[in-house]
Amino acid sequence: MVVHRELCKCLWGEPGAAGQRWTPHPPLLGGRVRVRPSGRKAPVTASASTGTQAPGGVEEVHILWTSEGMSCDGDTVSVTAASLPSLEDVVLGAIPGLPRVHLHNKVLAYETGEDFLRAFRQAARDELGPFVLVVEGSIPNERINGDGYWTSMGNDPDTGEPITFNQWIEQLAPKAFAVIAVGTCAAYGGIHAMAGNPTGCMGLADFLGWDFRSAGGLPIVNVPGCPVQPDNFMETVTWLLYQAAGLAPPIPLDEQLRPTWLFGKTVHEGCDRAAYYEQGDFAKDYNSPKCQVKVGCWGPVVNCNVTKRGWMDGIGGCPNVGGICIGCTMPGFPDKFMPFMDEPPGGSLSSAILGHSYGPLIRTLRSITNRTVNHEPKWRHNRSQLTSGYAPRWPRH
Amino acid sequence: MTSSQTAPPASRTLTEVAFDPITRIVGNLGIYTKIDFANREVVECRSTSSIFRGYSVFMKGKDPRDAHFITSRICGICGDNHATCSVYAQNMAYGVKPPPLADWIINLGEAAEYMFDHTIFQDNMVFVDYCERMVKETNPGVLERAERTPAPRGDLHGHKTIADIMRSYNPFEGETYKQALVMSRLTREMICLMEGRHVHPSTLYPGGVGTVATPQVFTDYLVRLTRCLDFVKRAVAMNDDVFDFFYEALPGYEEVGRRRTLLGCWGAFQDPEIVDYDYRRMNEWGNRMFVTPGIVVDNRLVTTDLVDINLGMRILLGSSYYQDWVGEETFVDKDPLGNPVDQRHPWNQTTLPAPQKRDLDGGKYSWVMSPRWFDKRTGDHLALDTGGGPIARLWATALAGKVRTPYVRSTGTSVEIDLPKTPATPETRLVWKPPEFPNTIERNRARMYFVAYAAGMALYFVEQAMAEVRAGRTKVFQDFTVPKDGIGVGFHEAVRGVLSHHLVIRDGKIANYHPYPPTPWNASPRDSYGTPGPYEDAVQGCPIFEENGPDGFKGIDIMRTVRSFDPCLPCGVHMYLGGGRTLTTTHSPTFGAVS
Repeated sequence: MVVHRELCKCLWGEPGAAGQRWTPHPPLLGGRVRVRPSGRKAPVTASASTGTQAPGGVEEVHILWTSEGMSCDGDTVSVTAASLPSLEDVVLGAIPGLPRVHLHNKVLAYETGEDFLRAFRQAARDELGPFVLVVEGSIPNERINGDGYWTSMGNDPDTGEPITFNQWIEQLAPKAFAVIAVGTCAAYGGIHAMAGNPTGCMGLADFLGWDFRSAGGLPIVNVPGCPVQPDNFMETVTWLLYQAAGLAPPIPLDEQLRPTWLFGKTVHEGCDRAAYYEQGDFAKDYNSPKCQVKVGCWGPVVNCNVTKRGWMDGIGGCPNVGGICIGCTMPGFPDKFMPFMDEPPGGSLSSAILGHSYGPLIRTLRSITNRTVNHEPKWRHNRSQLTSGYAPRWPRH
Repeated sequence: MTSSQTAPPASRTLTEVAFDPITRIVGNLGIYTKIDFANREVVECRSTSSIFRGYSVFMKGKDPRDAHFITSRICGICGDNHATCSVYAQNMAYGVKPPPLADWIINLGEAAEYMFDHTIFQDNMVFVDYCERMVKETNPGVLERAERTPAPRGDLHGHKTIADIMRSYNPFEGETYKQALVMSRLTREMICLMEGRHVHPSTLYPGGVGTVATPQVFTDYLVRLTRCLDFVKRAVAMNDDVFDFFYEALPGYEEVGRRRTLLGCWGAFQDPEIVDYDYRRMNEWGNRMFVTPGIVVDNRLVTTDLVDINLGMRILLGSSYYQDWVGEETFVDKDPLGNPVDQRHPWNQTTLPAPQKRDLDGGKYSWVMSPRWFDKRTGDHLALDTGGGPIARLWATALAGKVRTPYVRSTGTSVEIDLPKTPATPETRLVWKPPEFPNTIERNRARMYFVAYAAGMALYFVEQAMAEVRAGRTKVFQDFTVPKDGIGVGFHEAVRGVLSHHLVIRDGKIANYHPYPPTPWNASPRDSYGTPGPYEDAVQGCPIFEENGPDGFKGIDIMRTVRSFDPCLPCGVHMYLGGGRTLTTTHSPTFGAVS
């Protein structure tokens, strides 16, 4: 709570000054806010417990989105595919109760160059007002490259030298209401942090510390994925905007700082090919619509909801549509999953057990039952006598 | 190749104006210019990218089958182009020919990618430069005129005046802007149907795809495709109206972004009837691609042979943050046909990053290298560009006269696209003819014509794929083994243009891997011969039509020019200080003395 009071002082005035105080909304909270004990890396909900009051909500929020890390801008592009809600839903204020959003994202911005950077520079001077910092791309190690730089955004007006991505983050992250790492690169380093890489890059929590707290008292919020699943990101932002509006408690995160309701289950738990797995019936190559664990799928051990949710509006996905899971949402991605097209080590054990005993037996029994239920009951016919078991009372002659 | 300068340098007052970061593109790009405001001309330009990630470094020693998954992550808007190109290169290296249905499925995925990417870029990024709000800020006189100018093709797209069209481009509020976002979702669903997800595909593999080829998946695709056609037909008409208006309202505007015709296209959409991914037959199957590969120099088609194209590739340095690889290992001294391969060819490149201070005055200033094409007729290292992709593809295909399908045909001088009747619009024939020379407007105009091209091809591909399925030929994957030693090359057209992947395998691992996407070609800095890269060349000599003077200068004509190339810097780069801010005003006795 202390953190929250400080927050409202430094970012949007004295507590209660606006006359709006946050009281938990029963249907929204329902006592389900999860306060976990501190993990190795970070306690989960930083400041609030249920039933206490939070500061009044804000009416306007800036989203400062920098994708100048070791990134491909794929997460920005991905988010334009979201429809639940869409980016324009949020920007145009289609969702009641959310603060007014000013989006500053390089790929979509009207402004360019220095005009675009203005909001970033204002935020760095504490002059912008409340903002959410979205970081896309992994953070390179700028301590190893002498006078050079791995990546930058804009220039220092005094020296004319590039301002590194790292300097921006150091400046902005502690001043943000919340910091979101979008995509696996920003969250955990991702593909660009692969073994043998020259830039020594890392995830945001490796850079800022796993126990980092934003001005809003929040840990870093990781929304991994390569790229991020569009609706997963927009849902996370929506939660944080509700929170900034004083309508939601701190976002529930797991130990890897992922939203629990999005990353709490495995790919396999949502995969419609899991029944083949249970029956010990495995694809031997990519022609097969069966379970792909023996041709490279890591789904059973990967936290991701794509198989359940689809990629866009329920369309597409990974193993559910014939694409092996390569673990792209995970901290161990990609090195712990390569070579991708080999069978995962654990897969051979469980598929051997299922493939030789339980699976074939279950398949046999089910096929017998399946034959039975594929036939209609015998009273469905067009003969002159009713055989359904009903005793009719009308005259029969 | 360098731009002409209209006034003698000695009399010029140059102002340094820098734009960094460039927005409404993908990746890190900075544009640093010197402008002669009195003579309304950009005199000098440098293009710089400030990001390096090092794919060719960290891919060494990895399993070659991982290549398409990894290289897809090069780019967040055209990653699937990389995955596809990598799969082509692996198919060559492994000697595997996928079942025909797999090639049709990849063609369908890539056709939808063009439709998605060109639409979101054109309507949600490029057209913000032509929207009512921007034109009011840069050329109020032009907007006034647009209010009074009836849209000639209003019956096709429904807008009364040119200003009405411009209003529909206003970000987040304009009707076309919002419709394009919806359209970009529909087309991405089409990609997901074929390639699993966007932008990094899940169902692409060497040897084929994992897509479950039921009739349903093709019906789901076709229905979405036909829902796009009304939008596409209207968009082409609206684009033509706006671009024609700019020529009319601003006499001389055709000089903006003008550059010598030096276009490259590496071909797209394989024909499974003939492609076997064997290097030795690459010319034959390359010429059957449904977008013809080719190099167009001064409006003439130089070659359509992918072997020629391949052997002419040279990666130069000069202004880039790398050490040279002259003394490093030669991986491939001869191609599979016995032709010698140059040390500056991607097969033989070794990437040696050397981070250092940026030096825009004669030193090193970019993480992008300088790919060039060696023209053996003249001995020139040509700074080819792709013009953002579509203009080069349409130009090469039009001149080659090789594509013949019911919906899309090349005539030898033009490309004809026939789109069928759809609920709100009649059957429509579109004809694209090469302009006199490439410039900003023509690069942009070609983009929406290529969306129509891709839609027409998609109609053809979906018919072919359904015929396979109806005939019961539903196999989509062919098994292969990874050789101990081997080489491969993939040629494909990424959305923004030429894309090549060069692969060398030793001991079953990746010994060398070099992807060359379009943006290194377009965004390259000055090479070791001093030849500027295409952005630099197109911006240098660019006339300024903006009504603002140095103080409120937005650099709109420069921005339009750079964006006409559809920059994508993760694929390739970064130009300097933003928003058209004037850094210094220097009265320069000689051009070279400007600091």
